[in-house]
Amino acid sequence: MQTIPLSWYLIFSAALFCIGLFGVLSRKNAVAILMSIELMLNAVNVNLLAFWRYRSPETVAGQAFAIMVFAVAAAEVAVGLALIISVYRRRKTIVADEIDLMKW
Amino acid sequence: MTIETLIWLLPLPPLLAFALIVLFTNRWKALSHSIAVGAAFLSWLGSMVVVFRALGIEHFGAEGRVFESSVAWLPLGETSFRIGVLIDPLSAATLFFVAWTVLMIFVYSVGYHNFGQPQGDHDHAGLPPHGATVADEHGHTHKVPSIEPMYARFFAFIGLFAFGMYTLVVSDNLLTLFVGWEIMGLCSYLLIGFWYAKPSARDAAIKAFMTTRVGDVFMLLGVAYLYAMTGTLNFRAIFFNEEVLHRLATTPAVDGFLGLSAAGLIGLLLFIGTIGKSAQWPLHTWLPDAMEGPTPVSAMIHAATMVSAGVYMVIRMFPLLSAGWHEGAALTPPMLAMAVIGSITALFAATIAVAQNDVKRVLAYSTVSQLGYMVAALGIGAYIAAAFHLIMHAFFKALLFLGSGSIIHGMEHGVLHTDDLVDPQNMLNMGGLRRKMPLTFVTFLIGGLALAGFPFVTAGFWSKDEILADAFAHAPLVFVVLAVAAFLTAFYTARQITLTFLGQPRTASAQHAQESKWTMTLPLVVLAVFAVGAGWVGTPWKNLFHEFVGGTLLEHPEALPFSQALVPMVLSILISLSGLAAGWLVYRHYEAGQADPLAKALGVVHTWLKNKWYFDEIYHALFVRPSAWFSETFTYKWMDRGVIDGILHTVARLAFGIGPILRNYFDKPVVNEFIGDGSASVVQWFGRRLRLVQTGQVQFYMMTALVIAIGVLLAVIALP
Repeated sequence: MQTIPLSWYLIFSAALFCIGLFGVLSRKNAVAILMSIELMLNAVNVNLLAFWRYRSPETVAGQAFAIMVFAVAAAEVAVGLALIISVYRRRKTIVADEIDLMKW
Repeated sequence: MTIETLIWLLPLPPLLAFALIVLFTNRWKALSHSIAVGAAFLSWLGSMVVVFRALGIEHFGAEGRVFESSVAWLPLGETSFRIGVLIDPLSAATLFFVAWTVLMIFVYSVGYHNFGQPQGDHDHAGLPPHGATVADEHGHTHKVPSIEPMYARFFAFIGLFAFGMYTLVVSDNLLTLFVGWEIMGLCSYLLIGFWYAKPSARDAAIKAFMTTRVGDVFMLLGVAYLYAMTGTLNFRAIFFNEEVLHRLATTPAVDGFLGLSAAGLIGLLLFIGTIGKSAQWPLHTWLPDAMEGPTPVSAMIHAATMVSAGVYMVIRMFPLLSAGWHEGAALTPPMLAMAVIGSITALFAATIAVAQNDVKRVLAYSTVSQLGYMVAALGIGAYIAAAFHLIMHAFFKALLFLGSGSIIHGMEHGVLHTDDLVDPQNMLNMGGLRRKMPLTFVTFLIGGLALAGFPFVTAGFWSKDEILADAFAHAPLVFVVLAVAAFLTAFYTARQITLTFLGQPRTASAQHAQESKWTMTLPLVVLAVFAVGAGWVGTPWKNLFHEFVGGTLLEHPEALPFSQALVPMVLSILISLSGLAAGWLVYRHYEAGQADPLAKALGVVHTWLKNKWYFDEIYHALFVRPSAWFSETFTYKWMDRGVIDGILHTVARLAFGIGPILRNYFDKPVVNEFIGDGSASVVQWFGRRLRLVQTGQVQFYMMTALVIAIGVLLAVIALP
C-alpha cells in the first residue's frame, strides 16, 4: 500500500510553524499572538508524532511527548489569557506594542 | 638485678630528687632535703656495691673483665651510635670518692643552711640569711642564724649536679661524658649564683660559665674530631685498641696543623677543655671567684667533683694523649702542654694562696694548685700518681672546704651574737678557734696536714709523694717546680691553721664562735677518716692502688722501684715539714690589727701576690674592656646607630622622596583618572547606547531572537 511519505508531514509541520511564527511576530492583538503560539506548538506535535510513527513505532516516546506538549500548551494558554485580562483591566488595551512598561 | 643494670641506675636517684623537689615539694623544706639526701644515699649505696664487686674481681680491667653495657642510641646509616655505662678500675676508684663526697656534702648542706633554725627577720630569697631574733625564757633577745630562704632550691640544684657527676663517671663514651660535664657546668653556674641578689655572686656565676665555655668549645671540637677519625667515642674501643691508637698517632692532623698528629691535636683540644673545667692557668680566674657560692657548693663543685672531672677526663684520655709515647721517649705535644701548664699552675696558684686572707679563697687557690699537680703528673706520664692524687685530693679538699664552711658558720654565729660586724671569712679576724670548735679544728688540721703532705699518716703525703717521685725520676725540672709548690702549699696551710685556730681570738666574734651542729661535723669526721686512711692503699712498698687502677690501661704501667722512690720521699718529707714549720713560725705571734708579717718581708711582691698577679685586671684590660668597647662603640655606636640606622634612615628618606612623585605622577593620573574614572565612563557610555535596545516590546525581542537564531544557524552551517 502506498503511504504518505514522512517528508510531507515535515513540510506540513514546518509550514504550520512558520505561519505561527509569522502570527507571533506580526499580529498586534495579544490574544492573536497567543493563538499563533498554539499553532507553533501544534506544528511541533505533528513533527513529534510523524517521527514517532515512521522511525520508532515500537516505543511510545513520541506520543508521550505530544501529550506533555498539550498539557504545557493548556497551562500556557490559561496563564497567558489571565495575564492578558489583567493587563486589559489596567491599561484598557491588548495591543502588544502599547504594552511597553519594561522600556528603558 | 645485674650489676650492669645497677650501674645504669646509679645517676638516676639525684635526677629524680631534682625533679620531685622542683615540681612538687619545694614548699616543704624537711621533705625536700629528705628526698635529696635519700637520693644521694641510694646512689652511694649502689656505688659501694659496684665498687666492692669490682674490687672482688681479679685482674679487673682486663679484656672482658669490666662491667659494661650499652644500647644503640642513634642509628647512623649502617652502624649506630651506642651509649652505655662502663666501670673499669679508674671509674670504680672515681665512683668511690664521688659517692662518698657527694653523700657527705648533701648531709652537710642540711646543717650549713641552718635547718631547724627560725625564719629570718628580713631575709630575702637570693640573699644569704641575715639571722633571726629570738627571745629566751628570761626575756632576753638574741640574734641567731636563720634558715636559708631558698632551702629546697639548693637541694634541687645539688641533686641535678650529682646526676651530672654520676653520669660523667659511669659513661662509656665521650659524648655522655660531655653531657654530664655540661650539666655540671650549668649547675655550677646556678649554684655560684645561688644568692643571685648579690651582684658579686652574679658576676662570679657569669664569669665561671663564660670561662669554662671557652674550654668546652675546644673540647667539643676535639670530641668531634675524634669521632671523625675513629667512628666511635667508646673509651674501650679507642683506648684498649692498639691499632686505633697507632693509627691516630701516625696520621698527621688535618692540614698538618702545627706538625701534630691527629692524636696530638685531639689531645690538645680535649686538654683545653680540662684547662677550663679544672681551672688551670690561664683559665683559672673563675674558680676563686666561684667562692661566692654557698660553701657546700664550693666543696662539691670546686674541690671534690666538678673540677676533678676535668682531671678525670684527661686521665681517661691518657692513652690518646700519650699515643706513640713510651717510657723514656720524648713527651707527646699534649703531654708536654700538660706538664708545662700543670707545673705553672701548681706553682703560680700556690704563690697566690700564700697572700690571701679569705679562708675559702686560700683553699680555692690551693685547689687550683693541686689540680695543677695532677695535670703535671699526667704530663710526665705518671698516670697512676695523677689518679691517686685526684682521689686523695677530693677527700681532703672536700674536708677542708666543709671545715672552712664550719668555721665561717661558727664565726657568723659570733658575729650575730656580738653584733660586731666583721667579715666572718677573713682569717685575720679569727684566731683561737680551736677551743671553741674542737671537732672542726681536729678535722681541719687533718685535712690541712693531708694537703701539706705531712709524712706517713696522711693521704696527701702518699699521693703527692708518688707524683714527686715520678717527676724526680723522669722530669727533674717539673720536680723542682712541684717541690717549690709543695713547700708553698705546706706554708700556706700552716698559715691558715695558725691564723684560724691557734693563738688568741682576735675579735669578739671569734671569741663567741660556736661549734657547728652534728649534720655539719659528721661529714667532717667521715672525710677526715679518708684523709688519713685512704693514703695507705698507695704506699711505695705495696701500691695496691697502682695494681688496681693500672688495669685500666692496655699495658700495666711500671711502678717505680722502691729504691728510686726513697730520695724524693726524703725530700718531700723535708719540704713538707719545713713549710709547715715556716708557716707556723711566721704567723704564731700575729696580733689583731698588725700587718701581715709576710707583707713586711716581701714588700711589693706580696701586694702583687695578694692581687693574684693582677690576672683579673689583665683579663679585664685584655678581654672585657675590648669586648665592652667593641659592643659599645663599634657594634652599638658605629654599626647599629651609624650603619644600620643610617641605612634605614636613608631608605626612609628615599621613600619620602619617591612617595609624592608616585602619588602625583602615577597614582592620581594613571590609577585614579585613567583606570578608575576611565573604566567607569566607558561603561557609562556603552550603557547609555545599549539601553536603547531595551524597548519593552515583546515582539521586538522575539524578532531579535529570531534574527540572531537564524544568524547563528547560518553561521554554523556555513562554517566548516
